Amino acid sequence: MIEMQDAAYGYGAEPLLSGLSMHLPPGSFHFLTGPSGAGKTTFLKLCYAELLPTCGSVSLFGHTATGLSRDGIADLRQRIGVVHQDCRFLDHLPLHENIALPLTVSAKGGLVQDANLAELVGWVGLSARANALPPELSGGERQRAALARAIIMDPDLILADEPTGNVDWEMSLRLLNLLVELNRLGKTVVIATHDLALIRAAKQKVQARVLRIQGGQIMAAGADL
Amino acid sequence: MSIRGNLLALVRGDGQADRVVPRSGQSARLTLATAAAMAFLAVFAMALSTASGRLADRWSDALAQSSTIRISAPAAEVEAQTWAVLTLLEQTPGVQSARALSDEDQQALLAPWFGPDLPLDDLPIPRLVEIVETPEGYDSDGLRQRLAAEAPGAVLDDHDRWRRPLAEAAGRLRLLGGLALVLILGATAAMVTLAAQSALSANEQVVRVMRLVGARDSYIASAFVRRFTIRALTGAGVGTLLGLLAVAMLPSARDTAALLTGLSFSGASWLWPLIIPPLAAATAFVATRVAAFRTLKGLK
Ligand SMILES: Nc1ncnc2c1ncn2[C@@H]1O[C@H](COP(=O)(O)OP(=O)(O)O)[C@@H](O)[C@H]1O
Ligand SMILES: [Mg+2]
Repeated sequence: MIEMQDAAYGYGAEPLLSGLSMHLPPGSFHFLTGPSGAGKTTFLKLCYAELLPTCGSVSLFGHTATGLSRDGIADLRQRIGVVHQDCRFLDHLPLHENIALPLTVSAKGGLVQDANLAELVGWVGLSARANALPPELSGGERQRAALARAIIMDPDLILADEPTGNVDWEMSLRLLNLLVELNRLGKTVVIATHDLALIRAAKQKVQARVLRIQGGQIMAAGADL
Repeated sequence: MSIRGNLLALVRGDGQADRVVPRSGQSARLTLATAAAMAFLAVFAMALSTASGRLADRWSDALAQSSTIRISAPAAEVEAQTWAVLTLLEQTPGVQSARALSDEDQQALLAPWFGPDLPLDDLPIPRLVEIVETPEGYDSDGLRQRLAAEAPGAVLDDHDRWRRPLAEAAGRLRLLGGLALVLILGATAAMVTLAAQSALSANEQVVRVMRLVGARDSYIASAFVRRFTIRALTGAGVGTLLGLLAVAMLPSARDTAALLTGLSFSGASWLWPLIIPPLAAATAFVATRVAAFRTLKGLK
């Protein structure tokens, strides 16, 4: 799904990440870990073309990221579900409209069934909050809504950036279970987190590989994880 | 509204893009008001242009055959002087054609006054030469001097020529009215561009989120384009209506050719201002689209 060859990215003159080479096979479950500020979010942004590599190549669904047109990037993002670190909701729209936003703005907007949307909202346990505005939600509710929005287009790839960042342990496990369930449905999942306990919990449910970003490089994590 | 109703409304059609981008009351009101004011002005520019166009046409038609030369000389010399005048006119720049009126022509001209049985031969009736000018016209002072030298009995009568500068001014006014229309259109485009840019940057976060969830530029742009086009159309519609009312209420004096009292539309030209609202809408459409795509290019 995603392939990187010697890719690098830097916000300034200095590269933040370099020599990134990796391959993300379909149906896999990956964790991406590393200390805060290591570049996990930056790495995920390379995966949905919000950032383009400064050297090397990033290939998304077989397309070279740097060669994509703006419409090409938009179409690609409809196939990738992203749970952003800060959720990125539109605060003036009620929750169910935020969740349906990717469908609304896509060419398939007319195809959404309100029954399906209601089912999805129920699946993440937010039926009672469907008409609330995002600022009225708790951290856990926001994260679940973000996950619902990420999967409404039935994407093949789900990228979750610190999905358990602002929630208690119980809610973390609930979110993890949702992601594991999605992986069982055949979706490729990448979770960026610095929460090692979460990774350990996941390893009991799913065959997960762990990538670590350290010193600007990406590597397979040790057997301790 | 029920959730179900909300959801149905949500999934339906294009209007949804309008909901995703929040409305800004400020830019909406400003666009409406400016479009109305511009349309109002455009109606007057059009009225000025068509009215002065009418005057220019009427006056230049009248001018085309406005001068005659009268030759009063002893009977023996009339023929020679007429020839001299015609030869002279042939060489004068600005004269398209010249023709000596025949006896029958002159008789016809005089008949209404003196009856058909006028014995022309016995009366010292001056011979008339009719001049048709080119649009540029001739130099009447120069012609007068040369006539005095070559045909002492010839008098140039160009009493209608005083209108020539007025006809030119009217023609110029028509052009100015057209230019004013173009300027008004340009100002409208500039104003809509600024308003659209400000709406886009006020909604930058919304636009970024739309991009992130996979919206194409054309979809995002359409939310703004639709909005500004409708505002410009509505504003210009109201402005045009008010402008037409104002023009209709101008005092009119149909018989005088004066510009001020004639500043109005006549007949089918009342329909011309109806193109102002669609024109404003088209201008807003293009201006917003260009502004939106330019702004979006800056966002990943
Ligand atoms: N837009 C940006 N401009 C400049 N520097 C940035 C930007 N975004 C992130 N950084 C820097 O890049 C580094 C990595 O950030 P990030 O990818 O968010 O790390 P992580 O997600 O692992 O915490 C940090 O030092 C951060 O300050
Ligand atoms: Mg981060």
